[in-house]
Amino acid sequence: MFFRSKSQPEASASAQGLAGGLVRVAMTVNGKAVSADVEPRTLLVHYLREHLRLTGTHVGCDTSQCGACVIHLNGKAVKSCTTLAVSCEGASVTTIEGLAQGGKLHPMQEAFREHHGLQCGFCTPGMIMAAVDIANRKGTQLDEATIRHELEGNLCRCTGYHNIVAAVKAGAAAMGGMRQAAE
Amino acid sequence: MATTASATGIGAPVRRKEDQRFITGKGQYTDDINRPGQTYAYFVRSPHAHANIKRIDTSAALKKPGCLAAFTGEDVARDKVGGLFCGWMITSKDGSPMKAGTHPVLALGKVRYVGDHVAMVVAETLAQAKDAAEAVSVDYEVLPAAADVATAQNPGQAQVQADAPGNTVYQWHLGDKAAVDSAFAGARHVTKIDLVNNRLIPNAIEPRAAIADYDSGTDSFTLHTTSQNPHVIRLALSAFIGIAPEHKLRVIAPDVGGGFGSKIFLYAEETACIWAAKKVGRPIKWTGERSEAFLADAHGRDHVTSAELAVDGSGQILAMRVKTKANLGAYLSTFASSVPTYLYAPLLSGQYNIPAIYCEVDGVYTNTAPVDAYRGAGRPEATFVVERLVEVAARQTGQDPAEFRRKNFIQSFPHQTPVIMMYDAGDYGACLDKALELADYRGFAARRATSENKGLKRGIGFSAYIEACGIAPSQAVGSLGAGVGLWESAEVRVNPTGSVEVLTGSHSHGQGHETTFAQLVSQRLGVPIEQVTVVHGDTDKVQFGMGTYGSRSGAVGMTAIYKAIDKVVVKARKVAGFVLEVPEETVAFNEGIFSSTATNKTLTFPEVALQAYIAHKFTGAQLEPGLKEGAFHDPTNFTFPSGVHICELEIDPETGKTRIDRWTAVDDFGTLINPMIVEGQVHGGVAQGVGQALLEGAHYDKKTGQLVTASFMDYAMPHADDLPSIQLAMSSTPCPSNPLGIKGCGEAGAIAAPAAVVNAITDALGHEDIAMPATPLAVWRAAQRSPARMAAE
Repeated sequence: MFFRSKSQPEASASAQGLAGGLVRVAMTVNGKAVSADVEPRTLLVHYLREHLRLTGTHVGCDTSQCGACVIHLNGKAVKSCTTLAVSCEGASVTTIEGLAQGGKLHPMQEAFREHHGLQCGFCTPGMIMAAVDIANRKGTQLDEATIRHELEGNLCRCTGYHNIVAAVKAGAAAMGGMRQAAE
Repeated sequence: MATTASATGIGAPVRRKEDQRFITGKGQYTDDINRPGQTYAYFVRSPHAHANIKRIDTSAALKKPGCLAAFTGEDVARDKVGGLFCGWMITSKDGSPMKAGTHPVLALGKVRYVGDHVAMVVAETLAQAKDAAEAVSVDYEVLPAAADVATAQNPGQAQVQADAPGNTVYQWHLGDKAAVDSAFAGARHVTKIDLVNNRLIPNAIEPRAAIADYDSGTDSFTLHTTSQNPHVIRLALSAFIGIAPEHKLRVIAPDVGGGFGSKIFLYAEETACIWAAKKVGRPIKWTGERSEAFLADAHGRDHVTSAELAVDGSGQILAMRVKTKANLGAYLSTFASSVPTYLYAPLLSGQYNIPAIYCEVDGVYTNTAPVDAYRGAGRPEATFVVERLVEVAARQTGQDPAEFRRKNFIQSFPHQTPVIMMYDAGDYGACLDKALELADYRGFAARRATSENKGLKRGIGFSAYIEACGIAPSQAVGSLGAGVGLWESAEVRVNPTGSVEVLTGSHSHGQGHETTFAQLVSQRLGVPIEQVTVVHGDTDKVQFGMGTYGSRSGAVGMTAIYKAIDKVVVKARKVAGFVLEVPEETVAFNEGIFSSTATNKTLTFPEVALQAYIAHKFTGAQLEPGLKEGAFHDPTNFTFPSGVHICELEIDPETGKTRIDRWTAVDDFGTLINPMIVEGQVHGGVAQGVGQALLEGAHYDKKTGQLVTASFMDYAMPHADDLPSIQLAMSSTPCPSNPLGIKGCGEAGAIAAPAAVVNAITDALGHEDIAMPATPLAVWRAAQRSPARMAAE
């Protein structure tokens, strides 16, 4: 018989047992205060995808290699697949859904479209979040070698990276231009 | 077909319509979709390559919190759910049919590879499903494994499938053996090489996933799944697996995160989920983990080949002889049998005039994951054989490898090869000339000298590839054993306000169809590209289609759209005739405007669309209202994209590190719809080909059959800093067998690249003894050997 027999007590250890083990976590995601009761083992990526339904952040591997899950935690790129949600208590999280401001795309998003830096789009949110972080850390005038080296934490199977490199270079330059204009 | 200067028409590098959702995180991939009340599936997989299952005990799992059900192969068998199947019948040279063996959805009494599906556990949450799966107790009797294709047919090896003695699925051949033997007997020179085409794991970045739902109110099923061909999946689940009749089964492939072949096939997980959804009575979600993708996605390549080329005294190729053992894994995947046979040997003529070719292929079972189509599917394997043979033959006979190729190029078309294919158009010399110029071949000697002064070995390698795309003429593939036709369908629905919906049986998982197909409609109907929507991937919306693989969506899928547009224009001209009150035959349609020699009035396309729907200007007896047409297109020939890729690289003999210095590609894809997208396809293909040549290799332990390279930490995927920038150019001869002149571009890079890299490495090393992947260790070892070429040995 492949089903649980009806006479068995349903969820004797489950609902209640788990309820006891839940932990409340509060953080700011894309500018909004959010909180939830989660299992302590909940990863940030699953919290974002399952609890907040922010499904732009993707899971492409189980060894923290592919980078499809990259988000910004307090302004720095991290892999949300290797971050526990409970460790983000009080933190500020930005996901791909929060990158565009006031209906206007971030220059890195624009650059990925303009330079055909994506094909299937699955690695793209992580790529863009990582690329913004590269420009933040390495400056907005990036050479090809730097970009290729800095993308070591992100895998793309479609583009061969050629156009991603072009997009990151142009996107970073546009970020620099915007900052200059703002100053 | 003439191209246009239009900013959104054919030939324009239009920025992709689909990108908005992908760059803002609004894509809808299968795992992004949730159904009310959904449960989660997790699979118990075999840790052994080969074992008898003595007993499976799921009782402890069923007691775990949240666990709803645990299914084994016996449960599936009890419901008479059919086994997975292979859709292409290969006949051995002795006339016997291939030995397909068994392929249960969940293992029945035996497991045959590490990762084989033993049980499926369904629970309230994914974590609970995993916890319960750990409590499934399986009693295995471990058996010896046959994990190596080179030795699996030897006496005494473990028997993978009872139906296939000696693990031989088929012994197939193609070509004229007597003609080849006689040509070799009279040859001045014979070049012989032994090659391994290394096994690859496709690794689309989105893992496979499924959500299966059963609606008892309508007795119907819905499956969201990561598929390149949802209609084929529906047909298979319906007609072969017996889940439900097609009209009670909806398959939706939403945004799909890359496929490269691996998402063509019907797999055990998706099948088990849709079967179990009715039994559980709630939706079941399964999302593969990367480790599961490594273990149980169909792998690619894995050939062991010996090949010979006969050349006369003037450097003309006389004949080719090839013998290949192809690993098919433990079970025959959906199209596995066709890949090393009809998608392989018919490409062995390459771009060359070769009077006689004979190829023998043994399809071999091993205790490894099933092997099926991966980007290029057979054609990269063929090109690797041809281009390594030609390169080595040129070196051994003291000829320049570029000129040796040119001397043997096919010059006139159509050209019938000795291995089935009738090449229709091409100009191989033009591609070569352009590539030599862009790569500055003349300057190579100076660059090599500069490298030598730095202690580095510089090499240059060519790959003049051909592929057969636009898969495929249905009757032709049927005569070769295919179980289906390979036409494509399209429907063009014009709305009353003149916007257009295109329904296509093609499926985009990165190729940009929402843009390129809209470009075709925009150009033909004069409709702004924003007014065109492309609908694909849903069997409830699109009537039928064969999906996307083998670079068929342009040549076959777009031709179906082209034909449907033809019908729309015919009908619209009738409508315009009534509205303009002129004879229909005087009505012309150009760039979105209907005009007539009989009046100076004109109508725009949206005006005619509206008139077609309000139907005030004609009676029902004169004309049917509405503007919607469909077409099926069955191609009359394959298409034959070709090109020349040149790889120039530097090797550090102290470290074995290979650095690709420049990559030049000149491709002939016929008409380009969107050059930006075409270039992107070449970039990606080259990356996968360079990956195969330098980095990637699936490795099974020969004794235990354990997959040693089962994660991104152990399997070297190409990263951004492993790859060069790519210099691309096009050289076009339009394809004569479709009205747009499209040949296809999806596989070109993956087909061309491995031979180019290995030819460059062997050129740098001065000998031919290196296997793929040419990792730093392998290259370092090879660099320690004498630099004498084989010719001097």
